[in-house]
Amino acid sequence: MEPYKKHESIAALMKRSNVDTDQIIPKQFLKRVERTGFGKHLFHDWRFNDDGSDNANFELNKAEFAGAKILVVGDNFGCGSSREHAPWAIADYGFNTIVSTSYADIFYNNCFKNSILPLKVDKQKLHDLMAEVADNAGVRFVVDLENQQLITPAGNGFTFEIDTFRKDNLLQGLDDIGLSLLQSDKIAEYEAKHKQTYPWLWS
Amino acid sequence: MKKTMYEKIWDSHLVVEVPGQAPLIYVDRHLMHEVTSPQAFEGLRVAKRKVRNPHSILATMDHCVPTKNRHLPIADPIAKKQIETMADNCKSNGLNLYDMKSPNNGVIHVVVPEHGFVHPGMVVVCGDSHTATHGAFGALAFGIGTSEVEHVMATQTLPQQKSKTMLVQIDGELSKYASAKDIALAITGKIGTAGGTGHVIEYAGEAITKLSMEGRMTLCNMAIEAGARAGLVAPDQKTYDYLKGREFTPAGENWDKALAYWQGLVSDEGAQYDTIVTLNADEIEPQVTWGTSPEQVAGVTSVIPAPEDFEDEIKSEACANALNYMGLTANTKITDIAVDLIFIGSCTNGRIEDFRVAAEVTKGTKVAEGVTAIAVPGSYHVKEQAEQEGLDKIFIEAGWEWRDPGCSMCLAMNGDELTVGQRSASTSNRNFEGRQGKGGRTHLVSPAMAAAAAAAGHFVDIRNL
Repeated sequence: MEPYKKHESIAALMKRSNVDTDQIIPKQFLKRVERTGFGKHLFHDWRFNDDGSDNANFELNKAEFAGAKILVVGDNFGCGSSREHAPWAIADYGFNTIVSTSYADIFYNNCFKNSILPLKVDKQKLHDLMAEVADNAGVRFVVDLENQQLITPAGNGFTFEIDTFRKDNLLQGLDDIGLSLLQSDKIAEYEAKHKQTYPWLWS
Repeated sequence: MKKTMYEKIWDSHLVVEVPGQAPLIYVDRHLMHEVTSPQAFEGLRVAKRKVRNPHSILATMDHCVPTKNRHLPIADPIAKKQIETMADNCKSNGLNLYDMKSPNNGVIHVVVPEHGFVHPGMVVVCGDSHTATHGAFGALAFGIGTSEVEHVMATQTLPQQKSKTMLVQIDGELSKYASAKDIALAITGKIGTAGGTGHVIEYAGEAITKLSMEGRMTLCNMAIEAGARAGLVAPDQKTYDYLKGREFTPAGENWDKALAYWQGLVSDEGAQYDTIVTLNADEIEPQVTWGTSPEQVAGVTSVIPAPEDFEDEIKSEACANALNYMGLTANTKITDIAVDLIFIGSCTNGRIEDFRVAAEVTKGTKVAEGVTAIAVPGSYHVKEQAEQEGLDKIFIEAGWEWRDPGCSMCLAMNGDELTVGQRSASTSNRNFEGRQGKGGRTHLVSPAMAAAAAAAGHFVDIRNL
């Protein structure tokens, strides 16, 4: 996994709530057996017209958001299915940070496996950030994960909370599986005990 | 300390807590389908890692499989490759796969209970959010992402943060034809699609105890639609009777040991929950969703709300957007909504009981003019059972299509889909924009409501039939 580095980037705005994973990556793109190449299908049904041309009314098609790495979006982002294709598409498109009030649990977990930082802010703060992006086309925010800071030109920045385990993994680009395998002895010990207590699971 | 069922399962599955890291939880059962697993197998191969416990895995093919002309090759080359990849991955790792030709094939969350693969007290995962279904057995069952699928294959564990607990207490008695589906939709309507975020829901109360195992599966299946990763129902005699004698259910001496363990899993009297929600089953009407989120739902006797009915600015805007997408006008009676296509099936409502009730409503009717109605059993076993009971004939005589099993129109990956502007009455679980086909308009309902709409061509209050 790519380590997450401090960066300054354009913030894009989607003033929508309950954006579900079917919108993030529609099901017709889930048939691929690879992890890559989903970015071009991100938000497909909103992003493109029926003839395949860009839908000029869709937020992310605005020129001012080109190259954005930060996505500011409404409540309960990523609800619905467990498809990791959603964060794969988001990362492949170029976003590495999302700012919202809340996320669906599975989506939230999936972000951390793909070097995406999903930041949680309160309703008022999200409102202020949305206003700043709306009023300042192409505004750039700084995200400093190490110091847990988001900095904005208009001073709407804040210190964010994040689980230390997840923070360290993001900063170092650590593979979770390798970390769990360091506990192989404990897992084997648990299994031995488990087999004795719950023999029917193993017969 | 008094514990909830969730806490008991959590405590018994805690492998290790390393300071500064998320607790590591042991996984008993790992369910798989073709869509969310290929990249996980690829990851294992690249890292030269092996599947730690192949016996913990049961796999099926369901999302991409055709529901008719199964003998023909899959026309879509990308879907075909995904199906073939699943077969190769299962073969090379020694996993139990019910492929398209297996008599055991079907939708993963329908197939798994049929074989008694999940028992009370287990931790069960699958790269699929509707894994919550298996909470009906008192198992902690939740959906995971593909990276986590890989993690579980390699380690048989998952780093997890402990969830909060929510008790959803439903007393009273459901009216005839109101079902587990209506309870699930009513809960989502009440607490919203983010209401259960961060929680595991335990469903309790008279109305829940009275539900069949199939009903409990429908209810827990939709815990995710209320934002909760998992739903739980305490195991009881119905659970044990359902499990007894199935392929993976313990037998003999192990049955007695298992039973004693299962009986101890029930939440302790006086155990504390972080959140409590109560509903009265007497007040739950048959439900119909009118919008593009499962929380946009109303009783069948209601009218479609107007944006100004919502105080919350975001909900008001969401209502306006939904009405626009759905091609509906505020204040229209739900029973005045005409439908084009009826779908009965999915991991929510694709079980034998669902087809029984739908057949009861369908018997002696004809599908309304201009309406297409398809019945897609959740598994070949459901199909076989329904045919033994003669249910297939009832549907076919009424003008329904009787298909082979699969996820089908629940998410429309296999070619079964709505066209732009088509409106469905669907027993599936999500009415998101485009879920059943780009531009398609989905109304989520129970099997009885779907069957009644097929005959009438619009929604009807089945209590009046």
